[in-house]
Amino acid sequence: MKSAEAARTARAAWEREVLGPFLAKAPERRAVFTTVSGRPIETLYSQESLDAIGDLFDTSAPGEFPYTRGLYPEGYRGKPWTIRQFSGFGTPQETNQRYKALLAAGGTGLSVAFDLPTLMGRDPDHELSLGEVGKCGVSIASLADMEALFDGIDLGTITTSMTINSPAPMIFALYLAVAEKQGVGWQQLSGTIQNDILKEFIAQKEYIYPPRPSMRLVTDVFAFCAEQVPKWNSISVSGYHIREAGATAAQELAFTLRNGIEYVQAGIEAGLDVDRFAPRISFFFNAHNDFFEEIAKYRAARRLWARVMRDRFGAKNPRSWQLRFHTQTAGVSLTAQQPYNNVVRTAVQAMAAVLGGTQSLHTNALDEALALPTAEAATLAVRTQQIIAHETGVTGIVDPFGGAYFVERLTADLEREAIAYFETIDRMGGMVAAIERGYPQREIADSAYRFQQAVERKEQIVVGVNEYVSTAPESPLATLYIDEQTERAQVSRLTELKHRRDGRRVDRALADIDAAATAGRSLMPALLEAARAYATIGEMCDALRRVWGEWIEEPVL
Amino acid sequence: MRRLRVVIAKPGLDGHDRGAKVIARALRDAGMEVIYTGLRQTPEQIVAAALQEDADVIGLSILSGAHMHICPRVMQLLREKGLDDVLVVVGGIIPDVDRVRLSEIGIAGVFQPGTPMQEIVDFITTHARTHAGESGSR
Repeated sequence: MKSAEAARTARAAWEREVLGPFLAKAPERRAVFTTVSGRPIETLYSQESLDAIGDLFDTSAPGEFPYTRGLYPEGYRGKPWTIRQFSGFGTPQETNQRYKALLAAGGTGLSVAFDLPTLMGRDPDHELSLGEVGKCGVSIASLADMEALFDGIDLGTITTSMTINSPAPMIFALYLAVAEKQGVGWQQLSGTIQNDILKEFIAQKEYIYPPRPSMRLVTDVFAFCAEQVPKWNSISVSGYHIREAGATAAQELAFTLRNGIEYVQAGIEAGLDVDRFAPRISFFFNAHNDFFEEIAKYRAARRLWARVMRDRFGAKNPRSWQLRFHTQTAGVSLTAQQPYNNVVRTAVQAMAAVLGGTQSLHTNALDEALALPTAEAATLAVRTQQIIAHETGVTGIVDPFGGAYFVERLTADLEREAIAYFETIDRMGGMVAAIERGYPQREIADSAYRFQQAVERKEQIVVGVNEYVSTAPESPLATLYIDEQTERAQVSRLTELKHRRDGRRVDRALADIDAAATAGRSLMPALLEAARAYATIGEMCDALRRVWGEWIEEPVL
Repeated sequence: MRRLRVVIAKPGLDGHDRGAKVIARALRDAGMEVIYTGLRQTPEQIVAAALQEDADVIGLSILSGAHMHICPRVMQLLREKGLDDVLVVVGGIIPDVDRVRLSEIGIAGVFQPGTPMQEIVDFITTHARTHAGESGSR
């Protein structure tokens, strides 16, 4: 192995004797090359790039702390990633049919997309729900809807991910109640509830209550899962939405992991033992276009989290150190123009996620810049993952980019940038305080605008959009259309439910939610009773709105 | 001539505001006066903002699929308030079939994902007319 000094000398000689004369005749196409996040990259990386990493560099193997090269020593040779397609639309019955089709096509886990009224804790008959019912996800108002959603699907054998945040404890209570009805013990249940409210304030903006009481709901779920649903991931700390909102790769990494730190801190402050709940914290990242930067991001995430959990929080259980993550390809990279190009973008992004060692993966469908996917488009998205898994050979080797000069250097650079953000946010008093002053929101909006300007100037080429634009008219794509039938059906189901259920039991359950919130007790017991009594999501959320009020964001441009 | 005044609004329950914010900045950089309403505005609030701000243009950002409910209501309220001459454009996840329907109710422009900002700036510059000086009543 060359010494650092010899490496520097060799590099200088190459630049002088080989690169220099070549560039004199054939200059590079641009003055600066960057990643999609705007990170400048050099012409070549070699041994001295690794030497410059310094003390962040690690030479551990897969399965060893700090897990840069992966959590498991055998990678995908033992178990491949889970194909988990985020899906939901219309009525619970319609989505139930789509789930059965996805499972029949070889999907190995479910992932529930809820509609906006459900995400915002409003019933289908609320005035703000008008026009939104079943549109960008499935409409779930009560236990009756949840029963229909999982009809004929055994919760004891399937794993389910549920993308819900402000009403996470309410939806989780419905799921637990369905398990009871199916006769499946909670100990057997396996899956994930997103339950990540901080990134809602930062990026996706589907919040109900102010940040501080919202954090209480999160830690109530941590405590409940640790006690009663031990195989359930009590949170999915999500960078996906942060990236979609315009963050760079480094910002996605930094804000997501800093949110993770905030949740661990909150759990500890709520009196929980870190090694009881930290092993059930999972993560969720974006897979964007920049192939190497994305792979480096996943590697950096694992390493950072392991070090944070061991050194900052003193966690002793190796499972507390291990960052497990789901990945979704970048919705924001899809274009309405030439939609078939999206298949190729998605395949490359999915490949980066796999090479980065994801535990589960969602691939977007080609028509998602226009609407929710048709059944055909959704199937093609599953096939994309199956082709990567079975035809490309990438699953036979663990962390193939380990030791690659460029990827190791990018991994360390991303880690360093994230640590600098951690320090800034720590100085502000933590992530809740940073959110209250609009800091991450502003950082992301600035990055989003910089990216758009790069596209406008054609420094960033988007095929079919600012180059290689079709002049011939494109034949329109057949898209899924959710009509108003869904809203009418859901409203009438709800009206009928309210006549059928025991109104006094509902009233008592709602009063208990109010009492638990006021007294500072865990909300889970009261929410479970409300779920069993067929109280609606809107009623449960309103009970807490009366205690905590609602959060209104100061618009930041 | 007075600078164009544009209200950028996020109606409905959807919170995805990247597009709204980026276009707001782009229009501002192009020399327009931009008022951003923030999230979860009802059609009534949006039209009230347009009236109060003496807007020449309303830009609606909708990614949730609720555009066929929200847009007709906004157009109806604009007519009721006598703001028929306000140029209304929509951006977001809009299927092709709805582009035609939106145009039929008087939406001047529909911009799908991937539309260059310059195209939107040019469209607004070409189609909007400032209210100042056109009518003594406003």
